[in-house]
Formats: sequence, C-alpha cells, structure tokens
Amino acid sequence: MNAGATPLERLLARRSFIELSARERAREILDPGSFRELLGPFDRLHSPWLEMQNIVPQEDDGVVIAKGRIDGQPAVVMAIEGAFQGGSMGEVAGAKITCALDLALKDNELGTPTRPVLVLETGGVRLQEANLGLAAIAEIQAAIVALRRYVPVVGVIAGMVGCFGGMSLAAGLCSALIATRQARLGMNGPEVIEQEAGIEELDAADRRLVWSLIGGGQRHAVGLVDELVDDDAAAIAGAVRAAFVRGLPARHRSEQVALFLDRLAAVDPAEKLNGPALRVLWGKGGSNG
Amino acid sequence: MEIYEFRYPASIAVGRRAHVGVVGSGDLEILLEPAADGQARVRVRTSVDGYGPIWKTVLDRFFSRFPAIAAIEINDFGATPAMVTLRLQQAFEESRA
Repeated sequence: MNAGATPLERLLARRSFIELSARERAREILDPGSFRELLGPFDRLHSPWLEMQNIVPQEDDGVVIAKGRIDGQPAVVMAIEGAFQGGSMGEVAGAKITCALDLALKDNELGTPTRPVLVLETGGVRLQEANLGLAAIAEIQAAIVALRRYVPVVGVIAGMVGCFGGMSLAAGLCSALIATRQARLGMNGPEVIEQEAGIEELDAADRRLVWSLIGGGQRHAVGLVDELVDDDAAAIAGAVRAAFVRGLPARHRSEQVALFLDRLAAVDPAEKLNGPALRVLWGKGGSNG
Repeated sequence: MEIYEFRYPASIAVGRRAHVGVVGSGDLEILLEPAADGQARVRVRTSVDGYGPIWKTVLDRFFSRFPAIAAIEINDFGATPAMVTLRLQQAFEESRA
C-alpha cells in the first residue's frame, strides 16, 4: 500500500488477524508454506471431560500446534482458538502447549534454536476441568520460564477474547508481548469483577471504561505490553519476527520484582484509580494509543 | 448434548480428508474422511437437544446432491441448518480439491 493512500484505503487493505481462526493465525505467523500441524483434529486428542458434562468437544481441544519456520529458523506456534469454550485451558489443551514448549526447550538445549510463539486468546482455566486446567497452566508457566533462558518466548494477544486468569500470568512471563488495541489483558475479566464486586465497582458493559483499564493500548502505555500493533496479519507477523531479531531482553519483565513492588507502593488503594491516572503514575503519560 | 448417526448410499469418491469450522457459537466443526466401505456415514454431536428430524432433513438433502463416499464427524454448537449445509459443502469441496 503506497504512502499516499487515505486512512480508509489503508484500513481496507489490511487483512484482519482477529477474524482468523487459530489455525489460520499460526499459518500467518510462520513463513509461507512451512506450516505443519502436530496433533491436529484428525488425531482426535480431545478433552475426555467435556462429553461427560454434556458439552460438545472439539477434536483439537481448541489448541493448534504448528511447526514451521520464522525467517528461515525452526519455529513452533501454539495458537489458542478463542471461539471454542472461550479459549479455555483444559487438561489436553494445556498439555499440548506444555509439550510443544518442552520439545522447543529440548531443541534449544541440543543446539537447534527453535523459536516459540504463543497466540493467546483465552479466558484462562476451563472451569469444567477445574484442577486439571489449573495444573496445566502451571506447567505452561514453568515451561516458559525454562525455555526463555535460551530463546525469546513471544506472546501475541490479538483479541477479541483477550487473555485472562492464569494465562495472563503466562503472558506476563513471555520475553516479548505483542498486542492490538482490541486486545485485553488482565487477571479477572470485567464480567467477573462486576458479578463479584458489584456494578458500582465496574460496569462490564461500559466498553470504553473496560478498555481504558485493561485494553492493549493501556497495557502498552504502562509497560505491560512491549509492542502495540494494528489488527493486521502482516503487521503482527512482522512484530513477531522483530521480537526474535531483538533477542532476549536484558531482564525479563517478571524478574523486575523491585520495579513492580515500587509501582504497587505508589498506588493508594483508598483512591479510585482510572486508566489515564495509572498511565501518569506508571507509564509514559499516555503517549501511546 | 445429543448424538445421532446416519448412513447413506454413496457414489462420489473423495480424494482426501478435510477439516472445516469451529465448535463455537452458531458454528460447527466437520471432519470428513474418505470411507473404505463405499457408504456415507455421519456422526453428529450437537449441543442443542431435540433437533434429530431437522438433522435428518438437512443431511438427506445434502447426500441427495453430493453422495460422497465419506465418514463425516460433526461437532455442532448451535449452527443453523443453512450453516450446516454450507459447512458440509465446504468440507466436500476441500476433500475434492
């Protein structure tokens, strides 16, 4: 698209990443023609727990594991399908991601620098699988921490589900986190907060308010997201490549304990904090998104 | 959730397996594979109870037009009959591409 194009023309020229399925997203991130799915739907490795609870399973349990290449280097994309059960992490879905991360770790230990990318579209633990889902998320987190000693673990949150619960902690462990403005990143989702603390605490139907608190633009402005990108498949694939070119950060976000403790200490819980105020307190004063 | 099974006589060979769709609201997942026994077999798991006759009508109509020799597995999350037909045609097309 040439530089003289109008904003509308540029918008129409974009290929939305948000609208793609998990499988299509993995394909977009990998080098063209290199996509090869592991444990795909025909392997029928679905959740054994859902049918017992009268819930229709999906044959890949909502997780696509794809081997391929990124800038010619071996890579693995682990993409969560947000349309299936809210992208929730059950026993099988979580084990697929953990095993992919473990195999990438083994590769790296043996000198093959396999690049891991997580496409996070998840409400967190799958409540129907309870402790098994929680254990799976803990395993994913441990696998990320083990792998990031060798190679950046790159996370992408595109939306519109966002990334919540235990998986938001997994996102926080990533070496580089890429998000769109449509993305959301947080521990409890807005509906949960409204239900538990009341509508005076948070009106979950107020989209402007919700995104001002946990939207991709806000999370980038306060330093919890590294790259803010448009909802454009090429832009997201480019941001993933750039993250691997940059390499490992000097210190991972989750290693900067003193910094974040200082940030928390600066917050007065008696004051009702809002998004713009938090940007002033923690961020770059709202210069981004 | 309900499970249905259907069988149809079939005459069109399919070249390869095809996977389309997602088990998400108003959508369904279809896994289509070439069948060895010269028939069409369909297994439906659906989240919406009580629509057995509608499934039979939709599948009768599909196989009257596209009698694919295939084993088909459907995981449905409340797709409308039109959506089911479109996804079946999509899977059939991909299996012959």
